[in-house]
Amino acid sequence: MIRFENVTKVYARGARPALDRVSLDVERGEFVFLVGASGSGKSTFLRLVLREERASAGRVFVAGKELGTLSSWKVPSLRRQIGAVFQDFRLLPNKTVFENVAFALQVIGKPRHHILTTVPDVLDMVGLAGKEKRRPHELSGGEQQRVAIARAFVNRPPILLCDEPTGNLDPTTSLGIMRLLDRINRTGTTVVMATHDDEIVDQMRKRVVELSTGELVRDQSRGVYGSDR
Amino acid sequence: MRLQFILSEIGIGLRRNLSMTVSVILVTCVSLTFVGAAALLQLQIGKMKDDWYDKVEVSVFLCPQNSSTPTCAGGEVTDEQKAQIRAALEAPEIEPYIEKIYEESKDEAFAAFQKQFKDQFWASVATVDDMNSSFRIKLTDPQKYQLVADVVSGRQGVEEVKDQRRLFDRVFLVLDRATLLTGGLAAIMLVAAVLLITTTIRLSALSRRRETGIMRLVGASTLFIQLPFMLEGAIAATVGALLAGGALWLGVQYLVTDWLGSSVGWIPYVSTADVMVVAPLLIVVAILLATISSVVTLSRYTKV
Repeated sequence: MIRFENVTKVYARGARPALDRVSLDVERGEFVFLVGASGSGKSTFLRLVLREERASAGRVFVAGKELGTLSSWKVPSLRRQIGAVFQDFRLLPNKTVFENVAFALQVIGKPRHHILTTVPDVLDMVGLAGKEKRRPHELSGGEQQRVAIARAFVNRPPILLCDEPTGNLDPTTSLGIMRLLDRINRTGTTVVMATHDDEIVDQMRKRVVELSTGELVRDQSRGVYGSDR
Repeated sequence: MRLQFILSEIGIGLRRNLSMTVSVILVTCVSLTFVGAAALLQLQIGKMKDDWYDKVEVSVFLCPQNSSTPTCAGGEVTDEQKAQIRAALEAPEIEPYIEKIYEESKDEAFAAFQKQFKDQFWASVATVDDMNSSFRIKLTDPQKYQLVADVVSGRQGVEEVKDQRRLFDRVFLVLDRATLLTGGLAAIMLVAAVLLITTTIRLSALSRRRETGIMRLVGASTLFIQLPFMLEGAIAATVGALLAGGALWLGVQYLVTDWLGSSVGWIPYVSTADVMVVAPLLIVVAILLATISSVVTLSRYTKV
């Protein structure tokens, strides 16, 4: 589903590469934790998958397409196959929960009746039934992240990218979010989650890919957060 | 769904930046009023040329008695000289430029003079012998005046060759200068309008960065993201153009048709019908302005 072949990303000429000859294969339906210290290249990895950045060298394949040769007008259709969730939720403060999720469908031109049936379904799935009319500031952090996940998943993308989705949440709430991501993964969605949260990684026992200063230093199925444990 | 969504986005954008929207409308209105005024001035010149050039003629004034012009040293023009001048005008190389030659005698000139200036003092003291007899020449192409003048001027018996067009050309020169002035002002205002629209779109895009960020993320097409901003600029500019059209209509109706038309009636004036010709042009210019501004701004601020 996602394949990196010797991918290097250098932001400024002469600077240390943010990613250094990384090769990686993520199969359809996998759940992968991307771990590493700040600046290790986790976010760059996700940005390359979203094609917000292009690789400086090497090739990136996502959903069967090589992103280096993908013309920019095809980028939107690539992104429709990828859901993205962030640490800071990125909700629209002046829209309700329902409108925030519906927004993702409206802007890709989905018909009204489709939106009216799909959005309640996905809100139900993330556990926000009954809170459709709330605005983001009336929700807890965990609930806001559920809205963000609902928005990322409402179009049923085959890939879900999560950039430290539990970074702003307490452990109990984080656990709830992880259960939700696990459920989404079980529907066949490939999930790649960048995180610092060692407890969660240790509990989930999923594949762990560790980056350190841009290099891939560990790729372990059913791994834990720290390699020395 | 798409259309409704885009329209509501436009509404939100226009309302959020209301003061900027109003300033865009005003600046485009003023600049396009200048553009329209320049266009109307040119139309006015065209109308006057059409109307007057048909009537103008080249006058070859022949020597009267007691003229101080060197070519008239031999006194009043003789019949022989007249015949020579006429022969020169009818020569085959000059003939195609001349539509008609009409000879005006001293008596006819006197009658016309008396008629034109009947209330003036000098009409009562002028005599038939003060008048010039003349050839009045109608040219096939008024622009070819110099050719004809060269053939006859300097000949014995010719006092002066006069092109009536010269008189009108002064008027046209004034109007042309006025066009240049309004055009220049219009150009400056148009630059201001483009900059203002650019700024407005940029502000609008910045204030909705969160929305556009999410749109990009979930795979909205570039056009879908940019269209509301483009249309915002285009709508404001078009409203400005409509107001400019209205201002020109009022100006022409009240200043030209009602006021000038009733005080100086013999000039063919531009009418509100001409404004209707100019107005669509203004709208096209407005949309062009907005499009240029959008393309320049949005390519930078809403990149995929």
